[in-house]
Amino acid sequence: MSEHHEYSEQDVQREVTELQQRSATAARIFDLRRIIGGLFVVYGVIVTIAGITDDDAAIDKAQGVNINLWTGIGMLLLGVFFLAWLKLRPAVPPAPPEEQAE
Amino acid sequence: MRTPTYLAAELRLPTNWLDYTILGIYFAVVLGIGFAARRSVKTSLDFFLSGRSLPAWITGLAFISANLAATEILGMAANSAQYGAYTVHWYWIGAIPAMVFLGLVMMPFYYGSKVRSVPEMLLLRFDKWAHLLSSALFAFAAILIAGVNLYALAIVVEALLGWPQWVAIVVAGAFVLAYITLGGLSSAIYNEVLQFFVILAALIPLVVLGLKKVGGWGGLTDKLTATHGANFTTAWGGTGIGSTNPLGANWLTIVLGLGFVLSFGYWTTNFAEVQRALSAKNLSAARRTPLIAAYPKIFIVFLVMIPGLVAAVLVPKIGTSGSGLQYNDAIPYLMEQLLPNGVLGIAVTGLLAAFMAGMAANVSSFNTVFTNDIWGRYVVRGREDEYYVRFGRLITVIGVAASVGTAFLASSFSNIMSYLQTLFSFFNVPMFVVFIVGMFWKRASTKSGFWGLLAGTVTAMVNYFVLYKHDVISIPTDQGANFVSAIAGFVAGAVVMVVVSLFTSPKPAEELEGLVYGTRSPGMAEPPAAGDDAWYRRPALLGWGAVVLAAACYIPFSF
Repeated sequence: MSEHHEYSEQDVQREVTELQQRSATAARIFDLRRIIGGLFVVYGVIVTIAGITDDDAAIDKAQGVNINLWTGIGMLLLGVFFLAWLKLRPAVPPAPPEEQAE
Repeated sequence: MRTPTYLAAELRLPTNWLDYTILGIYFAVVLGIGFAARRSVKTSLDFFLSGRSLPAWITGLAFISANLAATEILGMAANSAQYGAYTVHWYWIGAIPAMVFLGLVMMPFYYGSKVRSVPEMLLLRFDKWAHLLSSALFAFAAILIAGVNLYALAIVVEALLGWPQWVAIVVAGAFVLAYITLGGLSSAIYNEVLQFFVILAALIPLVVLGLKKVGGWGGLTDKLTATHGANFTTAWGGTGIGSTNPLGANWLTIVLGLGFVLSFGYWTTNFAEVQRALSAKNLSAARRTPLIAAYPKIFIVFLVMIPGLVAAVLVPKIGTSGSGLQYNDAIPYLMEQLLPNGVLGIAVTGLLAAFMAGMAANVSSFNTVFTNDIWGRYVVRGREDEYYVRFGRLITVIGVAASVGTAFLASSFSNIMSYLQTLFSFFNVPMFVVFIVGMFWKRASTKSGFWGLLAGTVTAMVNYFVLYKHDVISIPTDQGANFVSAIAGFVAGAVVMVVVSLFTSPKPAEELEGLVYGTRSPGMAEPPAAGDDAWYRRPALLGWGAVVLAAACYIPFSF
């Protein structure tokens, strides 16, 4: 029976709780919404400009749809959405570890 | 689930500087995320589980993205070009119920017990033999699947962009290596979320233009009915037991094999998926991770199925030697035909991102299992935490190198790859049976875990590779045989567990707290965070909502 007591759920609980108190991710990780927002605004602008300057060959290829323009606008809106969300609901800084430990 | 084999050489895309600019920006951002996430890694928990601190929308989108690898995108489009609308089964019955089950039933045990991996859960519930066997099987499979992804990427990049295969393998391997060793799981997850949106931006224009080309959904179904028969655009047509259909499966094997055994095995015990939920910031967020993922999953099927169906209309001979196009070429073919420079660059970026994320999900789960469950438990125990972070980085380098090796190996023996993938589809099945019996039957003894795992794995493989491949039993297609083998593995694992349990002693009741259904662990008692009691965050509502929505989606495809 002794091998069953080698490693129990209490050990996992203790180890992980202790590591979680020293963890730095919550305090130091950047907000992903800024990256998604930034990348999609940049992509949106690039692809929208491509759409505005597209020649007839590009539009004919896409079944008569100016797909660059529409996709660009869509991506731009998604980027703006993430930046606006970040602005309106900024991340709440986590409580200091002493308080989390109780 | 399928490996893209050789793409036709004439699929070379007319990319220009604009497309390469878009691709270049993406690679720069991927690396930037790795460097920026690096400062958040202090403990091993940060490196392997993002410190259990991420919000539910991020873990949820990473959960879906880890599955939305390019092999899945190209493979499911290929499935649709070959079998038609049967593809919806892989999503609505083959994913949603299992994802909801994971969130509602299993997650309190996973997250509440504070385990760091799926095998660790087996260590607590059973013994070290079950733990060691499942860890070793998982680590081995993860590396080879990462290699499969890398090889598939190399083939696609060679066909579409003209890069030599070794360049693509080395470049993609180096980027994945860089961002995971720098930022650990956080950087893998952040990149997966970013990839999710890029994939959407790539597939939506393709679907819109594809539909326009064939005259809308009505034009698509009319043309397919004329060329492929009426069952091609239905979900259940021709699946009566005894009747024939291209899938080679009937409704019973679809529901039991795909919908129950294969799907529950993949979604609830595959650590590359579950790891995303374990990195959530609290129990509520962990439970919502697969539930949030379920909603995009319901609709993503349209983004991969429609290009496949459109390709079947435009190239009726696709998949035969008469057309020069493989089923896997469906999406690249439409990209070449329909997308002008600009959106084309987004689509190429999306595909490459999906390949890298598919590989990264496996590498980041591999390094966790290898470090915590194998090295830290049986080889070098009890060292300081910093040692395990360093070791995690080192094993990531070794893991990526091994994947690159697998990819090169695969490029010399390409037919070996589809074989390997079938092999892996069975690894999750015995894991699932051991989990489900262990979780719902207190009497299941500590020894039964190992023997159930072994019996299930061996049975599924014998059924597929011996009985089916050597025509001892007759099943029309590989997919159908896959479903039957999964069911056989499940039944064998369950029977062996019951028999072994009857002859060995059960685990003492006090050691089962929080591991068996009906018991609770201290981790489950944590109070909900502020705002988590909002109605739209209630797991039961989210979960049952997804099930009802998936069932409703079947209606237009059933009559």
